[in-house]
Amino acid sequence: MSTLVIDKAGPTRKLGSMSRDRTWALRWSYFFLVLFAIFFLTPPAYMLITSLKSSAEISAATNPWWVYHPTLSNYVELLTSNQFLRFFFNSSMISIIVVIVTMLISIPAAFALARMKFWGSTTLATGVFLTYLIPDSLLFIPLFKMLAVIQEFTGITLLNRWYVLVFIYPTLTVPFCTWIMIGYFASIPKELDEAAIIDGASWLQTLLRIFIPVALPGLIAATIFAFTVSWAQFLYPLVFTTSIDQLVLPVGITTTLIKGDVFNWGQIMTGALLGAAPPLVIYAFLMDYYIAGLTAGATKG
Amino acid sequence: MLMADVALRKVVKRYDDVEAVRGIDLDIADHEFIVLVGPSGCGKSTTLRMIAGLEDISDGDIMIGGDVVNDVPPKDRDIAMVFQNYALYPHMTVAENMSFGLRLKHYPKAEINARVTEAARLLDITDLINRKPKQLSGGQRQRVAMGRAIVRNPKVFLFDEPLSNLDAKLRVQMRIEIKKVHQKVRTTTVYVTHDQVEAMTLADRVVVMNKGRIEQIGTPNELYHKPATRFVAGFIGSPAMNFIPCRLEDSGGKLNIRLTDRISFPLPPARAARYNALPRTDRLQLGIRPEHLTESNAHLEAGVETFDTVLDVTEPMGMETLVYFGLEGTPVCGRVNPNAGAKDGAPMRLAMDLNNMHLLNEETGVVL
Repeated sequence: MSTLVIDKAGPTRKLGSMSRDRTWALRWSYFFLVLFAIFFLTPPAYMLITSLKSSAEISAATNPWWVYHPTLSNYVELLTSNQFLRFFFNSSMISIIVVIVTMLISIPAAFALARMKFWGSTTLATGVFLTYLIPDSLLFIPLFKMLAVIQEFTGITLLNRWYVLVFIYPTLTVPFCTWIMIGYFASIPKELDEAAIIDGASWLQTLLRIFIPVALPGLIAATIFAFTVSWAQFLYPLVFTTSIDQLVLPVGITTTLIKGDVFNWGQIMTGALLGAAPPLVIYAFLMDYYIAGLTAGATKG
Repeated sequence: MLMADVALRKVVKRYDDVEAVRGIDLDIADHEFIVLVGPSGCGKSTTLRMIAGLEDISDGDIMIGGDVVNDVPPKDRDIAMVFQNYALYPHMTVAENMSFGLRLKHYPKAEINARVTEAARLLDITDLINRKPKQLSGGQRQRVAMGRAIVRNPKVFLFDEPLSNLDAKLRVQMRIEIKKVHQKVRTTTVYVTHDQVEAMTLADRVVVMNKGRIEQIGTPNELYHKPATRFVAGFIGSPAMNFIPCRLEDSGGKLNIRLTDRISFPLPPARAARYNALPRTDRLQLGIRPEHLTESNAHLEAGVETFDTVLDVTEPMGMETLVYFGLEGTPVCGRVNPNAGAKDGAPMRLAMDLNNMHLLNEETGVVL
């Protein structure tokens, strides 16, 4: 009888201490998560508050964290301004085309590097990633020179046209997307493509009918990344486009809404919020896929 | 019906400097079930993958149905393969998995449906046809993988350790299932495993491989009763055959086998005639299976000799008891009746059936 009591007490106590550990771990994680959430949500909250104020209220010495006379005039003005809509259109076109171009290059490249063992494939895979590490601030002058030379020889106007960015952005997106997809493709068991080969699939059919569907979470993660990078890019559009009608959102907002030392804060904040909306919406819808993509290979063999 | 015999002629596989497969000759008849068995790294999987076309052949020829297929891509070899980890396409349903190969070859829909339905019926997975692989258990996945092979109606089935991922009970069940399927479809089959029980139970003929070479080819019974080498003798059968150092002696006009200073037995006439020509100085080993080391009883047959020993450990298995003891430092295992009174540390009189003995050359490992 006494042994029975000891047997029962042992595991119960152990379970108790484990759940107590877990409780404390949870408390600490909530504490830090709330801390981070406050830290990172303060700027957008401030943007939202400011965007709802009139210029007069912004410059008045009232409480900056409270809106006394909320107005949608900033939103109305921006959304009815052809200029702002033009920026939005440019940004959208560029980002969508860049995403498509990136996927068309990255998916076959990643497949080749992950699966077709050829001479130098490992070195090439590392090389692809290394190009991603070169900062754009180092590249924009040589790139500008290059495009100027091409423009001179071919007579095709590239500089100061929004579509030039479609050629430039993939230098940022392709290496990274290729790299994460190599990892994702590599986590697919080798037997799966061997089974497909024996079933009679060509390399292309294996890629299209097996690899892309199986690696879909990874592809979506890469897509989101490519979109976000293109959407938020600032340096390259600032350098390569100058005419108002060729600008993208981030550059357009800062160049047109800041006139000399006059900052149109209400509209700047509104524009920034509207500009942040598309990536936010995309993240919200594809979040589950994105997380699955980032943790690929961790669980499934 | 097309002939679907497979032949390997001096097949070699080299990885840089290492020879994984060192010149294999093998003829597999139409409808035959062949099992390649051996320890890991013996080249059995590589051989299978070369037949499949997933690995290039470094040297030699592989023929399927009389045609050399060395440079034929896998999809044109008319083979189907079942992998250890099933390799089901995770985004497709069971039916889509099974029909993938047929769809790639643009078979008519009606025929695809008919074949899938038939294979599903054969494998008893009709209810699962619309499920995804992750909703299936290990055994069910294995059935789907076999179904995918069956619907293609290939010349040759290749199995690469298909049951290794299943638990012991399910493995026995699937083993019988595979045998039943083969009895129905009669497709030439090459099956790779490291499990000698699987090899023995499934095969028409077993190919025992070791270090990239074939040690012996034979029916399960041939391998068990007439092993050619020490490797085969030790690999086939569980518990494994005992190997006891020994030498031959002439004593009173008879040929004796001496195991220890104390223990020496006269050989049965048939054995004596067979071994008489051997030099008495050779270093030899007696190979004797545990079932030929039993408890002594009153009515001993000719050629069965008794000796006394002290048991180290006994393992009651229910239908028999395994007894372990030492002969001059060599551990030996015997199988006795559970009612024979074997006890740990107790003395026991055992009987050795020399009619079923094997004599091996210790250096070359050849069974004499």
